[in-house]
Amino acid sequence: MLLAIDTSTGTSVAVVDLDGGILAETGTNDTMRHAELIGDGIRDVLGRAGVRPADLSGVAAGMGPGPFTGLRVGIAAARAFALGIGRPVVPVVSHDAIAHAWYAAGGTGALQVVTDARRRESAVTDYDGLDADGLPVRFAAPRLEPRDAVPAPRGIRLDADTVSAGSLGTVAELAVAAGRLPIAGDDALYLRAPDVTPSAGKRVLR
Amino acid sequence: MNRDAPLVLGIETSCDETGIGIVRGTELLANAIASSMDEHARYGGVVPEVAARAHLEALGPTIRAALDEASVDLADLDAIAVTNGPGLAGALMVGVGAGKALALSLEKPVYAVNHLVGHVGADLIGDRPLETPSVALLVSGGHTSLLLVRDLDSDVELLGETIDDAAGEAFDKVARLLGLPYPGGPEIDRAAVGGDPDAIRFPRGLTRPKDLDRHRYDFSFSGLKTAVARWVEQREAAGEPVPLADVAASFREAVVDVLVSKAIAACTDLGVPRLLLGGGVVANRRLREVAEARADAAGIALRIPPLSLCTDNGAMIAALGARLIMAGHEPSTLEFGADSTLPVTDIQS
Ligand SMILES: [Zn+2]
Repeated sequence: MLLAIDTSTGTSVAVVDLDGGILAETGTNDTMRHAELIGDGIRDVLGRAGVRPADLSGVAAGMGPGPFTGLRVGIAAARAFALGIGRPVVPVVSHDAIAHAWYAAGGTGALQVVTDARRRESAVTDYDGLDADGLPVRFAAPRLEPRDAVPAPRGIRLDADTVSAGSLGTVAELAVAAGRLPIAGDDALYLRAPDVTPSAGKRVLR
Repeated sequence: MNRDAPLVLGIETSCDETGIGIVRGTELLANAIASSMDEHARYGGVVPEVAARAHLEALGPTIRAALDEASVDLADLDAIAVTNGPGLAGALMVGVGAGKALALSLEKPVYAVNHLVGHVGADLIGDRPLETPSVALLVSGGHTSLLLVRDLDSDVELLGETIDDAAGEAFDKVARLLGLPYPGGPEIDRAAVGGDPDAIRFPRGLTRPKDLDRHRYDFSFSGLKTAVARWVEQREAAGEPVPLADVAASFREAVVDVLVSKAIAACTDLGVPRLLLGGGVVANRRLREVAEARADAAGIALRIPPLSLCTDNGAMIAALGARLIMAGHEPSTLEFGADSTLPVTDIQS
């Protein structure tokens, strides 16, 4: 049973169990108040699921892509919570949660997941169904594209402004059960370097 | 919860230091710090996005380092304290997210505390308790503030602050225009060796009589920076050599003079015979020397915590959290966010 946290779009938190499904989930697509909402979100889902922290086997963390400032709040919270209970973090590509939910609801064929990346860019990941373990198959990794020039999808294009932590946790639980970890890297999916240029410096007076 | 000597872990991420400290009451058990300063050196100053990324990577390892140093388990903690402002918003948010989650995972309370008041809290650590009322001068790359502390957990007033650059920022910018690397403070110090602090009379911001009416305890360093730049340019335009040691020493003297003058004036005006220094610029030896001499002359007791507790650190945040607990304050509710301009009167959010 996992606590799942995603702040790549709004703030979503869930408690997910492989057998029991999504035991509790809370979420908002408010793209600003991640730091304010994360604590109550965690407390709320634990309370509604009737779960103590020690009952959890780990914490699923949505690693993005997504606007950095909010994204980091969820990753920091996931890592700190995992540290507190002495259990692992399971990093998950946030778009995987969107794709999983779509296929689980009956979608078939190729799917292009598109979310806002600010600065007139979109974050794009392409999928081709679920594999035998029920995990979304990425055929093109998350990347940035100009917002008004996202390449045409092979199948259906899905523009999303929320990521469900319930779906994220489901993907993580499936991967754990199938022995498929890791399914994402340990680092946040920034996809963009910090917006700075090294100082040119000046001549040394000596 | 143990309210006599609570075991508190403090999280500090307001600027470029990831600080995790652990105290038991007023006893320091750990002060672990990871700094992203080397990364910022490439850019000549703190880059908020670089700092925030570094916090996210450093938090876990730094928490573990602090627990090792203190030889305590997370389960032993009575509470978590976390800086929620003022500072860089994106950097603060990393600490806020982690602090709330860590507290929830341990089923322990969380205290959201003010970074500036935390600097004063650094002086709680150790055997000699902080006496109040006290004036506090907090000087770093991120802030330059003069506080009146009547009671650390309930009554702190902002007397004045910089209206433009922080003092540490002025050191960085002047170092840069003199062709010296970042961070500027130690570089200016090095360059000033053998220089004459009275060689060039650089302006002291907001010290003229007409400024003192409105800005008696405020600071301004951007005019000073411009004056140094102009002085150097004029020398170069005239084809004359620039006496680096004299420029550095004279610039530093102008900064130190205005900092110490205003702090001593506050003590004298308010009848408070105690002055506390805090913030990374306290590492500047000339600042400490001048403060000691003038405090002594004015009959003011000067307190300067060890440098490791003056620069941004988690121990001071833990110490302030412990103080709040010992004084009977209730934990913060979970709704607090990161407030980059958190007023100093909001000791706990
Ligand atoms: Zn500071």
